[in-house]
Amino acid sequence: MSDNGILRVVARFLIPLIMLFGLYIQFHGEYSPGGGFQAGVVFAAGWILFALIYGLDNALKVISQRAMYILAAAGVLLYAFVGLLGVAMGGRFLDFYPLLPSPHAAQQLGIITVEFGVGVTVATVVMLIYTMFARRKSEWEAVLREDSDP
Amino acid sequence: MSTILSFFNYWVVVALMMIGFYCVIARGNMVKKIMGLNLFQTSVFILFVTSGKVSGGSTPILREGVEIYSNPLPHVIVLTAIVVGVAITSVGLALAVRIQEAYGTIEDDHLGDDDDDERLALEDRQRR
Amino acid sequence: MNIIDLMPFSVLLPLIAAGVVAILPGRTLPWTVTFLAALGSAVIAAFTLPAATEVTLSYPFGNWPPPIGIEYRVDAANAFVALLIASMASLSLLWGKTSVNQEVLGRQGPFYALFLLALSGLLGITLTGDTFNVFVFLEISSLATYALVAYGRDRRALLAAFRYLIMGTVGATFLLIGIAFLYTMTGTLNMADLAERLPEVRDTRAVRAALAFIIVGLGLKLAMLPLHLWLPNAYAYAPNFITVFLAGTATKVALYVMLRFIFTVFAPDYSFVVLPLATVLMVLAVAGMFAGSWVAMFQVHIKRMLAYSSVAQVGYMVLGVSLVSLSGLTAAFLHLFNHALIKTALFMAIGSVIYRIGSAKIDNFRGLGRQMPWTMTAFALAGLSIIGVPTTAGFISKWYLILAALESGAWWLVALIVMTSMMAVVYIWRIVEAAWMTERPADLPAVKEAPLGLLIPTWIMVALNFYFGLDTRLTVGAASAAAEVMLGPGFSGVSP
Repeated sequence: MSDNGILRVVARFLIPLIMLFGLYIQFHGEYSPGGGFQAGVVFAAGWILFALIYGLDNALKVISQRAMYILAAAGVLLYAFVGLLGVAMGGRFLDFYPLLPSPHAAQQLGIITVEFGVGVTVATVVMLIYTMFARRKSEWEAVLREDSDP
Repeated sequence: MSTILSFFNYWVVVALMMIGFYCVIARGNMVKKIMGLNLFQTSVFILFVTSGKVSGGSTPILREGVEIYSNPLPHVIVLTAIVVGVAITSVGLALAVRIQEAYGTIEDDHLGDDDDDERLALEDRQRR
Repeated sequence: MNIIDLMPFSVLLPLIAAGVVAILPGRTLPWTVTFLAALGSAVIAAFTLPAATEVTLSYPFGNWPPPIGIEYRVDAANAFVALLIASMASLSLLWGKTSVNQEVLGRQGPFYALFLLALSGLLGITLTGDTFNVFVFLEISSLATYALVAYGRDRRALLAAFRYLIMGTVGATFLLIGIAFLYTMTGTLNMADLAERLPEVRDTRAVRAALAFIIVGLGLKLAMLPLHLWLPNAYAYAPNFITVFLAGTATKVALYVMLRFIFTVFAPDYSFVVLPLATVLMVLAVAGMFAGSWVAMFQVHIKRMLAYSSVAQVGYMVLGVSLVSLSGLTAAFLHLFNHALIKTALFMAIGSVIYRIGSAKIDNFRGLGRQMPWTMTAFALAGLSIIGVPTTAGFISKWYLILAALESGAWWLVALIVMTSMMAVVYIWRIVEAAWMTERPADLPAVKEAPLGLLIPTWIMVALNFYFGLDTRLTVGAASAAAEVMLGPGFSGVSP
């Protein structure tokens, strides 16, 4: 698909917009519809579009598979960390009120951090799922080629 | 006629549920089974969302001049259930890919349990 | 820190540890962290049980008060099940180290991360007081389990995992449909809140449909007779460590949630009156006891044989429930606990043999009694427990089940229980006979005794089987407390 000029031009124009929209959904999640999951999926969709048009190898130069794996775990741990912070400061698990003196600011800080963790995990996991399926296919085709002409 | 229209969502739920469930049971192809499973789950999502609609209510966003708004909780529940559905789809497809590699087919009817232990153990050792 | 604040960490500890273990390199490090997390959650569960028996503990997440926020609600029943799950997980991990090293090549971090997710999912189902949370944790544990089953050493594991995935998801979606009906009718998801609001709408068709959907959905997870088809292959082809873990935990949790829905969310004087539930459960239970034992007698693959025996044992538990009495429910809880001990011990012994001979076929067990005496003795002793010989744990649960049946005047059930126990004698004896009464054929390779890393945990489990067969204070006390809590105060039978 990489040699189609229209696709390349349109993608070059669209991908930054998709990713920007993902970030918008992420950071406006506490005021308007949105949040970590939707944002992560939209952000990852931008990356997958890039991978479809410019090839998986180029896309993996942007973020390696190992990095995705670590970020996915890190997002979960960020979520857990904020949850445990509430416990450490004298509240319940995922209790944001003890984080800051003002209750509104505390809720906002808590939910933004937690949703950021969700967003990172969802984005990297969706990328990982895509990468694994795409890699599998190219590896499998290589095996078939070997079988047909030894 | 009015029974059909006033319960339109529920009719859609029932129809989707039956189509999905039929696909899961009757189709041998594993990818089709997973698609059926997705339809089946989607019907439940619609059931949930329908239960959250308040007639005359607007979107549940805090702003001036809005008194009646729909119940946001079912939407959150459905979002979680969608995430679960995505996870199931990807695990199912991953298994289907590996079954295709191991057996050369993903038609469930062609696959039996008649594999022999010893032969498989031998193949396994050779692969290592 | 008091026990209420500590209690949810028996779920959170494995859940958070899963995130850490997933990125740990090598083989020893992931296992160590996993074991510490499972042990920690078992210790917390052990402290929770006495506290929860006295008073129901409630923990609101994020400090949102219960009907709005998610609540963990722990009483004598789920504290008992949680302790069982967490300690079985720790014991199987002790056994699993050696076995997993043989079966999972390369990095083991992801494998143990999945295991921890499955464990925290099962514990989450047990402790939560929110119906939708039950669904989410059910899917967390199931998804992890599908992937773990697919780790099995030959390609049939993939097929078993796929079929398990299809059936398991259908079951979970049925549960979700039931929850959706309940939510539509009452506007709440909290179990305690549901129990209060359901009587207002009890005569509607939607609530009846909800009960039916929930029972079928959980029946699938429980492997109740006509819905058991996923279980034999999933158990037979999963890695041995996973079989050991699942046999002691997965179906037990499903039974617990089913009881929670039947007895707490819908009161027993609703669920057993609106649907002919007692009759249906009793018929399915007896059919399961017979069909499971019957098929087990003819299995060549020994892990499959034990899996079918599990279907039969689920029958005993459901039979206890179907009597709808305090003693019946006590027997169900007792067997839930004792069966976890028995099956874990049996699968550990078989797994140790498979570790050495690489096959689960009964033909390859010929003459093993002299070559692996310790392993085969452990198997035979655990076999006594599943048959129900006095001084074993299996005897205690069957004894209480028989007492409960007699109390309900169903003497014919006693005959059925004894008959299926005879069938258990047959399928256990086949292996004992193959191991001791026949010579090892010359064409089969000679084998050594299983390594100590496998033998010691196996014998711990066998010892526990005998310990709980002799000292029943803990098990019977906890089981009857659990049954009392389930039935609620002032329960005096159901009159249909």
